[in-house]
Amino acid sequence: MLNEKLVAEINRLRSKYKDARSCLLPSLYVVQREEGWITPDAMTAVGELLNVPKATVKGVATFYSMYRHKPMGRHLIQLCTNVACMLMGAESLVDLLKEKYGLTPNGTSPDGRFSLVIMECIGACGTAPAMLVDTDFHDSLNDKNILEILESYQ
Amino acid sequence: MEKYLLRNIDNPDSAHLVEYVKAGGYKALAKALEMKPADIIGEVKNSGLRGRGGAGFPTGMKWSFAAADPKRPKYLLCNADEGEPGTFKDRPLLEKNPHLLIEGMVISGYALGAEYGYIYLRGEYPAAKDILEGALRQAHEKGYLGDNVLGKGVAFHLSVHQGAGAYICGEETALIDSLEGKRGQPRIKPPFPVNEGYLSKPTVVNNVETFANIPYIIEIGADAYSKIGSAECPGPKLYSVSGHVKKPGVYELPMGVTLREIIYVHCGGIAGDRKLKAVIPGGISTPVLPADKIDCPMDFASMPKHGSMLGSGAVMVFDETVDLVKVCLRATKFFEHESCGKCTPCREGVGWMRSILERIVKGAGTGGDIELLLEVAKNIAGKTFCPLGDGAASVVQHFIKHFRNEFEEHIEKSKVGASA
Repeated sequence: MLNEKLVAEINRLRSKYKDARSCLLPSLYVVQREEGWITPDAMTAVGELLNVPKATVKGVATFYSMYRHKPMGRHLIQLCTNVACMLMGAESLVDLLKEKYGLTPNGTSPDGRFSLVIMECIGACGTAPAMLVDTDFHDSLNDKNILEILESYQ
Repeated sequence: MEKYLLRNIDNPDSAHLVEYVKAGGYKALAKALEMKPADIIGEVKNSGLRGRGGAGFPTGMKWSFAAADPKRPKYLLCNADEGEPGTFKDRPLLEKNPHLLIEGMVISGYALGAEYGYIYLRGEYPAAKDILEGALRQAHEKGYLGDNVLGKGVAFHLSVHQGAGAYICGEETALIDSLEGKRGQPRIKPPFPVNEGYLSKPTVVNNVETFANIPYIIEIGADAYSKIGSAECPGPKLYSVSGHVKKPGVYELPMGVTLREIIYVHCGGIAGDRKLKAVIPGGISTPVLPADKIDCPMDFASMPKHGSMLGSGAVMVFDETVDLVKVCLRATKFFEHESCGKCTPCREGVGWMRSILERIVKGAGTGGDIELLLEVAKNIAGKTFCPLGDGAASVVQHFIKHFRNEFEEHIEKSKVGASA
């Protein structure tokens, strides 16, 4: 079940569209923001609210790479390793995150502080390598400044 | 050339409506609302504007197809799903000049008789979402959006729809499916979106930069606009340059500037004054060019004659130190990750190519691997609903075409390693 606040937010978003189903992706974002991931119960509830079959909701939710299907750490690091970032050393940053925080791609650090997801281009190729931490953008990363930046996320 | 798309970009408050109006913003909208919709479409046709998303389709022609369809309502969609690796040209427009996009979309909506618009914004740009939504609220308050735009009895409603991390949704029919709350998988064409698009209604999908050119065309007129840059595809163009240049970034230059001028004049040449090895001129899907093939005009008409494509104008520069087989592998991994799974040749074949490339890079390549890669690529190209499969095949084919020796060297080393 979704709480009243979430239902109200989904209904407000619903009014932007001519049909209910168009509100599916925005609704999945709403429930993900609440719990950090999309729980099976939330998928059922969103489906009921928008009159979309549960299996369809799951099919959609699992198609898009930015929806999470398991609990995440307190902060989500989304690090790009695509070609421009790779050229500028993103691979060594992946190694560094493993060494420093015990983080592996699609994993969570043992202390639950960070989760890491490898991204396919986040549009910062001119200032590569780059990452999103939660919704904050950080670019021109190197072995030194990435750790300083991450220190501010406890 | 005087900047238009990025004219206000150095002003830290450029995203604010007041600053936009101060810089001459929303004048084109007032002018357009005095024109007949058909005359606006005529101006856009005569301007020669071609879509800036990558395919370069004539915008005016696309519009006239949608305008001719009697079905109602009509929808206007902005493709802000900038996902082509190497491309970051729309980001400054979205984050620093959102009112230019909004103004372009309101004019377009009026011309097409579309009362509803959506900006399909990639999920990877959370900052742009907040900025755009703020700009939409300001535009609404000042009467540039809503039921009665500038008191002229024209309605246009615009909102942001956030994508969720799927490159394929940059393909317009997949974008429409995604907006409809479905898995973003390309549709077969025809019918084209201009006749049966969002909710089966006539729908025009244009790129951010395409819309950003519309106020300019209205302001200076099709004649003056068509004299900027290349005769065959005129106008200003945003080029996003990354990799081994001294000054990477987004550059607004006339369409048709040569690749050499972009790299050596505007971007200051190769970082560390090293030698250039290769360039991908228009985003990862466009064919790679070797260093001696960069005297090509960067526009939609010229690039195919020079062995590549303009694509999104995303220039990726590789110096002499780069292992291009590794680049080819990383690009192929990307396509494997982003294949939507609808067409078997793409879903299976791209994974096979990745696996072969991986063993070559790891030093376990075998003698027939290059031919095998080309065989798989041939069986993907042209056999899929959308261009993702073609792009993946073409990347492998062109890296091998121009840099076969690098693949051979990797394989040769593997043999030495195996016998030692």
